Amino acid sequence: MVDLINSRMRGPWTLFKKELLRFWRVGFQTVAAPVMTALLYLLIFSHVLQDKVQVYPGVGYTAFLIPGLIMMSLLQNSFANSSSSLIQSKVMGNIIFVMLTPISYLQFFLAFLAASIIRGMVVGACIYLVAIFFVDLPLAHPGWILVFALLGSALMGTFGIIAGIWAEKFDQMAAFQNFVIMPLSFLSGVFYSIHSLPPFWQQVSHLNPFFYMIDGFRYGFFGAGDISPFISLGVVLACFFALSLVTLRMLKFGYKLRG
Amino acid sequence: MIPAIDIQQVHKHFGDLHALKGIDLRIEQGEFFALLGPNGAGKSTLINLLAGLLRPTSGHLQVMGFDVNTQYLQARHALGVVPQELVFDPFFNVREMLRFQAGYFGRGRENDAWVDEVIESLGLTDKAHTNMRRLSGGMKRRALIAQALAHKPPVIVLDEPTAGVDVELRQTMWDFIRRLNREGHTIILTTHYLEEAETLCSRIAMMKLGQIVALDSTRNLLNRLPGKKLQLKLDNALPLSLQPLVRDQHDHFYILALSEVAQLEYILAELRLASVAIEDLQLVEADLEDVFVDLVG
Repeated sequence: MVDLINSRMRGPWTLFKKELLRFWRVGFQTVAAPVMTALLYLLIFSHVLQDKVQVYPGVGYTAFLIPGLIMMSLLQNSFANSSSSLIQSKVMGNIIFVMLTPISYLQFFLAFLAASIIRGMVVGACIYLVAIFFVDLPLAHPGWILVFALLGSALMGTFGIIAGIWAEKFDQMAAFQNFVIMPLSFLSGVFYSIHSLPPFWQQVSHLNPFFYMIDGFRYGFFGAGDISPFISLGVVLACFFALSLVTLRMLKFGYKLRG
Repeated sequence: MIPAIDIQQVHKHFGDLHALKGIDLRIEQGEFFALLGPNGAGKSTLINLLAGLLRPTSGHLQVMGFDVNTQYLQARHALGVVPQELVFDPFFNVREMLRFQAGYFGRGRENDAWVDEVIESLGLTDKAHTNMRRLSGGMKRRALIAQALAHKPPVIVLDEPTAGVDVELRQTMWDFIRRLNREGHTIILTTHYLEEAETLCSRIAMMKLGQIVALDSTRNLLNRLPGKKLQLKLDNALPLSLQPLVRDQHDHFYILALSEVAQLEYILAELRLASVAIEDLQLVEADLEDVFVDLVG
């Protein structure tokens, strides 16, 4: 397959392939573990709330929860893929092997982005495949599901590149994950509809981009959501382009990569 | 002919530190060139600028005629750098790393024969499928050298390549690098082992505090110190009258610097007068280390 790639594109293709292999080599940690975590959430929350909460008419709480859990895991793992690869390479010093090459900043971005999308999609697909054994999950608009899964993983892969470039220590990366990514993903409507919140917190939730990714993704399953999927698409696209521009600018000027 | 390396008026500041102070350097294609200097002289900064890992505050650097900042794609294709630190990717084995490295430079399966040759020439055949994490320090160093050569660059920079490397590997490595040089590759070397630079390199630049303080052929540099060194092992301490000539000493072993051979008679007379017996004596030519100490020490 490599020989079908022309020599100009072989650099970013190799980087993409290396990034894929990197997470695949530690598949228990990068794929199996998040799938297990999501299933544990599913088991516990569905056991406690299945007969007590109904968010949308005719949709059980467990079914409501699954798309949110899939998307949350997908987003967190897309972020983790690019961010952990970059911080490890920086701390270990092996980032130099890429920095010495003629791979352009745009190609660097695309290679890391594509690998992050794939990890996010693999984790999301695994959770979906396991979950549908236990719960009957409708697929009202598969196109929306795919669009939000792709855009969500792309956005978080990009965010991961920014975090990976910015952080200089594992400690800083852990702070980024625990104080930015985790709160944004837990407070985005994964476990509840924002309509169940007081008006003030509903307004606050609208400032969280994770809310739009999860709500749009969930709309694909049930044909119902807290807001129109087109609004969600607009917000997610705008966030993705904004973060991509920031990332490309950081890479172009070698921020924290070239002195 | 286009020079392999052309550096013009390069300055580099790190905050208040003026690390490079207007470096001018031209290295011709096919040269085996040494860049010497004490720690902090600016050698690694200069190499990092050539590799595009740092950007100059001012000035221009070219590799094979390509500007390292404005034509970085072509410049990086032409350059292979062996970094000083033992860095590695813990996820992959030696052969995978070399294939990735060649791939980054656009090389595909057609390059595998060269990768195999590099692996064999650097004595890595037995370790080709060993994870980088499991290699000894010396083996990691070999793998680093192999990585820099994976895309067969015309200009190869070796930043302290033999630090912590055993004698056998040093020999294997230099044989291979010499062969590459004979085949037309330009080699630029920084090393603390001055005898390596003296033996291998046709031209040498010595740096001190961000400046080049000497740039000449190895022969001319060695001729700068026409004197000789007298190595003496005595049964007692050296007489005070001879102390100004001492270059180095431990216990009753002394190295004296002679500006001319005629001084030998005076030294022997002083020793006889002080009743100090000579247990061993050797008269040797000044080497690169003497020149180095004289210029930058």
